[in-house]
Amino acid sequence: MFLKKVVVAGAMSALLGTAAYADANANCGPDGASVRILGSDFPAIQAVAGAAEANCASGAGEFTINLRDNTRDMMNQALTPNPAEYTSVIVANSTLTQLMNDDLVRPLNDLVEKYGQNLQPSQLITIDGNVMAVAFMANSQHLFSRTDILEQAGVDGIPSSVEEMVAAAEKIRAAGIMEYPIAMNMKVGWNVGEVFNLFFFANGGELFKPGTAEPNVNSPAGVAALNSIKSLLEYTHPDFLSHASNETQALWEAGQAAMAIMWGSRGGAVLDDEGSTAEVTENTVLSAAPTAGGGSIPAATLWWDGITIAKNIPDADAEASFAALVSGLNADLMVENNDKAIWLIDGFQPGPAAAGVSATAAGGAKPYPMIPYINFMHNALGSELVDFYKGTESAEDALADVEAAYVTAAKEAGFLN
Amino acid sequence: MKHRTFFWFILPTLSAMILFIALPIVSVLIQSLFVEHEQVLVVSESCGPFGCTPTTSIDAEATAALREAQPLGRFNGLGTYFDRSHLATAEVAEIWRESNGLKSFFNGLMDLKFYKALIFTLTYTFIVTPAVLVFGLAVAVGVNNLPRAMRGVAIFISLLPFLVATIVGSMILSWMLDGEGIIGATLQNIFNDPNLTIKSSTPLMWIALIIYGIWHTLPFSFITFYAGLQTVPQDTLEAARVDGASKWQTMISVVVPHLMPLVSFVTLMLLMDNFRVFEPIVSFQAEAHAQSLSTFILSDLREAGNPLYASAGATSILTIIGVAILLTPVVIRTWRDFNATSH
Repeated sequence: MFLKKVVVAGAMSALLGTAAYADANANCGPDGASVRILGSDFPAIQAVAGAAEANCASGAGEFTINLRDNTRDMMNQALTPNPAEYTSVIVANSTLTQLMNDDLVRPLNDLVEKYGQNLQPSQLITIDGNVMAVAFMANSQHLFSRTDILEQAGVDGIPSSVEEMVAAAEKIRAAGIMEYPIAMNMKVGWNVGEVFNLFFFANGGELFKPGTAEPNVNSPAGVAALNSIKSLLEYTHPDFLSHASNETQALWEAGQAAMAIMWGSRGGAVLDDEGSTAEVTENTVLSAAPTAGGGSIPAATLWWDGITIAKNIPDADAEASFAALVSGLNADLMVENNDKAIWLIDGFQPGPAAAGVSATAAGGAKPYPMIPYINFMHNALGSELVDFYKGTESAEDALADVEAAYVTAAKEAGFLN
Repeated sequence: MKHRTFFWFILPTLSAMILFIALPIVSVLIQSLFVEHEQVLVVSESCGPFGCTPTTSIDAEATAALREAQPLGRFNGLGTYFDRSHLATAEVAEIWRESNGLKSFFNGLMDLKFYKALIFTLTYTFIVTPAVLVFGLAVAVGVNNLPRAMRGVAIFISLLPFLVATIVGSMILSWMLDGEGIIGATLQNIFNDPNLTIKSSTPLMWIALIIYGIWHTLPFSFITFYAGLQTVPQDTLEAARVDGASKWQTMISVVVPHLMPLVSFVTLMLLMDNFRVFEPIVSFQAEAHAQSLSTFILSDLREAGNPLYASAGATSILTIIGVAILLTPVVIRTWRDFNATSH
């Protein structure tokens, strides 16, 4: 009995082995190396990590994937020891800065040369000539609209500016269709800071005085940004300071909002047939983020997600990790996963879920800045602007508080004296 | 007990406390006195899917050399304690100079996050603590007066809020209080005001947090007092009854004095816990309306991406000092009672 089991198991593994061998036409780098991937848990990253595993797990000595929430809170600690806990971290603009601040990721130039035949030049994130990351998807905030409700309220077309959004919202409210037609991610903290960035950049603002770490938000552009945001908040649910992506997506899918500024990466989930009614999904249209204050730049920041390789690991592990992850970034990935993200990979066919991000990028939205001290500004914005949104403080006072809070933190971190 | 015996008896506990409590506090204190090195920045061009831009980044080698030379960072003394995120002495002085009266001074103070958090924390502590003491005693007396057969069930039910994990209990309540939740929506219906939501109003949020705090910690004081009630001497109670004392008089003059040591104990524990209020603020998503020193420590360590250890350390030490100040009156009282009984 035991012997039979062993024989069957042996035959099975031999079969599986050949199957895997036949499949693994990808170039996986050195055999027997260790590949340990850390990333955020959403469908596009699941697809990339899954493809890497399917292609290269059989030849690797160790192959683990850890996808979880809030990776940015632990990635620096995880990469600091030598050898690091993970060989590769999937990052975005802001988290690459965070890792580079502590010098935890390695330049990828030689690896790109060896394994990057399928990569497009625009996928390479280069800083001072060094490739520090390989991007595979783009993301940005943009407008989601319900065409049926806009039509019912007598609004022509889809709003393209904050002013048009406010006018449309007023019509919807006046027609008695919805009291709060607008949804936005305004949860205290990171989201409040990010929404300010969107409208600040759309109003032509620069967060820092050029070439320095001195804050530059208490300016006419800052006040204009706050006023744009406040005009939209008149039409959002009064609980907006506790709404992040999950809450706004729920509002949208429940049919309780007619216009929303949400992440492009939510587009696929909003448009699919889960969690909502046909009435909502069939009438949802994704378009560019609105412009503000008469400008022409959409109020959005462009983001990418990409691959980095840890610095504190053996070269063989680094090579195998890079080869495995890059092996998945090709047209094959698009066959099954085309609508899971706005891919930057060759062979991507933009669908309806990608329309918003594409239009926003085409409209000239700015990338989220990769500056070592941006986190401190983002945090200061996220906590100090709350008083303004609650109505207990003027725009100028709130912005002055932001600058004071930023300066305190930046001094402690050694960026200002 | 002989001093020598006592020493050996206490040694394991004492060494564990030194290792796991005292030394970490010393370490936090030391870290709070240092700030990061000056960062060496270089400007270079960075390119990506959205084009090329000049970008500032940190010169890793130069920074590593600085770190090697001074592993703890730059000595900053008590500077972090007095900066704008903490005691903000310079800002407070400025507000004092510019204010014309107590009200405007107070409003200015509310702009500084440390004082704003302190006001909430103290309000929370000084409402929740006495309420939990009084209600806990009331429930304990109530359960104690039930027929014996029903006590088990009553105790179990009274302990339920304590059995639910803080984060779970507060999250459930948070969903119920939401504008779309059962309590939030009912309130809107009753007052016929769609703008009335708990999560958008600071006073309502404070009330919700305080009610949650009372609900959650009540079982702790209840079970302690209930245990204490079992030890009230029957002779004294009988004597009081013979003397014609009413139930209320017996309660005030016999039961409560007997429970006084327990009251001190429960007060100490509650003051300590309430001053560090944390979980309900996070799960109620109440950061817009209420912050505590503990939520600052979390955001310093986490949200900044590259954490501010000095700031978090300073806040921790200030929390310890705050707790010590709060506890002093109770400890002094206990000490006096102890001396009075032992002499």
